[in-house]
Amino acid sequence: MIADEQYIFRPEAKKKLFLLLAAGILLFVIGVFMAMNSGGHEAAGEHGSLEVTKNLVATTSPAAVAEEAAEHHGSPIWLKKIYTSLWHNNIFFIGLGLIGLFFVAIQYASQAGWSAPIKRVPLAMGQWIPISGILTLAIWFVAKGDLFHWTHHDLYDPASADYDKILDQKSVYFFWLGEKGGFPVFYILRMVIFFGLWYWFLTLIKKHMLAEDIEGGTQHWYSARKLSAIFLIIFAVSSSVAAWDWVMSIDPHWFSTMFGWYIFASWWVAGLATITLIVVNLKEAGYLKMVTSNHLHDLGKFIFAFSIFWTYIWFSQFMLIYYANIPEETVYFIERIKNAPYSWIFYLNLILNFVLPFLLLMTRDAKRQMSMLAVVCPIVIVGHWFDFYNMVTPGVMQHDGGLGLLEIGLALIFFALFLFVTLSALSKMPLVAKNHPMMEESLNHHI
Amino acid sequence: MSSTSEKFLVGIFDDEDILLHGVDGVRDKGVKIHEVYSPFPVHGLDEALGYKRTRLPIAAFIFGLTGTALALTMQIWMLGYDWPMIIGGKTLLHCLHSFRYFELTVLLSALGMVATFFIVSDMKPYKTPRSYDIRSTDDKHVMAIDLASNKLSKEDISRILKESGASEVNEKNF
Repeated sequence: MIADEQYIFRPEAKKKLFLLLAAGILLFVIGVFMAMNSGGHEAAGEHGSLEVTKNLVATTSPAAVAEEAAEHHGSPIWLKKIYTSLWHNNIFFIGLGLIGLFFVAIQYASQAGWSAPIKRVPLAMGQWIPISGILTLAIWFVAKGDLFHWTHHDLYDPASADYDKILDQKSVYFFWLGEKGGFPVFYILRMVIFFGLWYWFLTLIKKHMLAEDIEGGTQHWYSARKLSAIFLIIFAVSSSVAAWDWVMSIDPHWFSTMFGWYIFASWWVAGLATITLIVVNLKEAGYLKMVTSNHLHDLGKFIFAFSIFWTYIWFSQFMLIYYANIPEETVYFIERIKNAPYSWIFYLNLILNFVLPFLLLMTRDAKRQMSMLAVVCPIVIVGHWFDFYNMVTPGVMQHDGGLGLLEIGLALIFFALFLFVTLSALSKMPLVAKNHPMMEESLNHHI
Repeated sequence: MSSTSEKFLVGIFDDEDILLHGVDGVRDKGVKIHEVYSPFPVHGLDEALGYKRTRLPIAAFIFGLTGTALALTMQIWMLGYDWPMIIGGKTLLHCLHSFRYFELTVLLSALGMVATFFIVSDMKPYKTPRSYDIRSTDDKHVMAIDLASNKLSKEDISRILKESGASEVNEKNF
């Protein structure tokens, strides 16, 4: 009944990915040249909105702002653009990899049977975690001065004109165990520990899943379930803290208690869309024969439900800030609603991530058809890429942010690399679990 | 439904597996089934009976749209024209302002769905429910066949029911 399936990463598929990569690099290089040639003229007006922000938050005198503008933000605009885009793409793709592992863990912890034939796809996506760990550390050390305002040491020196009382009070969160304003020991330690733990659990769970193929029995399933339950607890804390560290600290004066949830919701629904898209494409290529429209229906329901969940979180965060109207909170949305490239992305975000998935996936038939899922999944993935764009870019680039070939090129590069890692991981293990205790249940899955 | 001489043949089934096969057997012989009553939901029974999927979700969507339109109209007219009111220093009638319309959307789609369900299943006050066999609320599955809508004779249908696994066949008139 259950056929042995093995995904073969064909040279044609590799060639397509290399073409995608080459197109990405080409667009990126053109984008960089365009940014280099136009960026120089605007350098004088670079810090307009920083000033607005500062005045709204009212922490320093205008003179100090001007001085700080001259001193810090040293990199030219084109370089800042590259750093911002790298960080934005990296954060988005960390999510896709991490959600792969999270999806597998959820299936084990909830003892779900329906997902038995597709669990290898999210597991392969998890292979991106170690790579994203290295990328995160590398980009952070290269670009910290431009990305993270809080890394500048004179913000914490009461004698300096740039002294920032609010950040000084928050400093222990970044610099604990080290010197204030120096190397952020606590922050980097967290980063390394999170990636270490995630990768460790990926290896452990993967080991049990693959050992089950050879040895059979239920003991590996029970072990994987135990590990998954522990991982989920770690994930709950680490994904939230990672959201504050890597995204919210770009706007260090601003804070939102919903932010951990918000990032998780965005990652989760983008990850679900990626899993579904890969499953649909594998099925179209003739693999995954036991996956029927009933399994697709469940994946579709996941995307539909969590698109609404994301909107709920988005709305809860926005509505409270909008309603309370406290300047130090509203500044975040004012930057994004009033300024040019961000304002249309702000509204586009809601259309791509709520209106379209809501209407397109509403009916039962839509969730069961591969053609509809193949339309909605890319919309959701691109939509959440824009969501992360609007979380990262305005805080770093202020008024100079844009959406051009540079950003699109880097996104294509990341996408090609991510798919390459996922598909080659997928080709190194059986595509469908061989002795999964719930495979029979999944074969008879009917809704 | 109002006629006083409706004649039914009622087949009693002891087990849901026998019932599912029975439904297939009876329908294969060309007998039209009026309705099947079971003490608990039987998976796959709607497909076996050849029922079309319910259109209730479409009704819910339309009721929801009505709610959205009603709430938007109300908000725009009340707060923008009839009695313009500035709340919390926000602009009048800004598009981010009117997110609250989902309240009426949810309310109307829920109430509309319940009302539609009651009307479609002919549930109304003072209606006496029909019981083909009171044991369908306990441990038996009951298959009702309307003799008027079938060309076969009573004896033939009774034989087909027995062959398809019914433990007993009774007659019931309303």
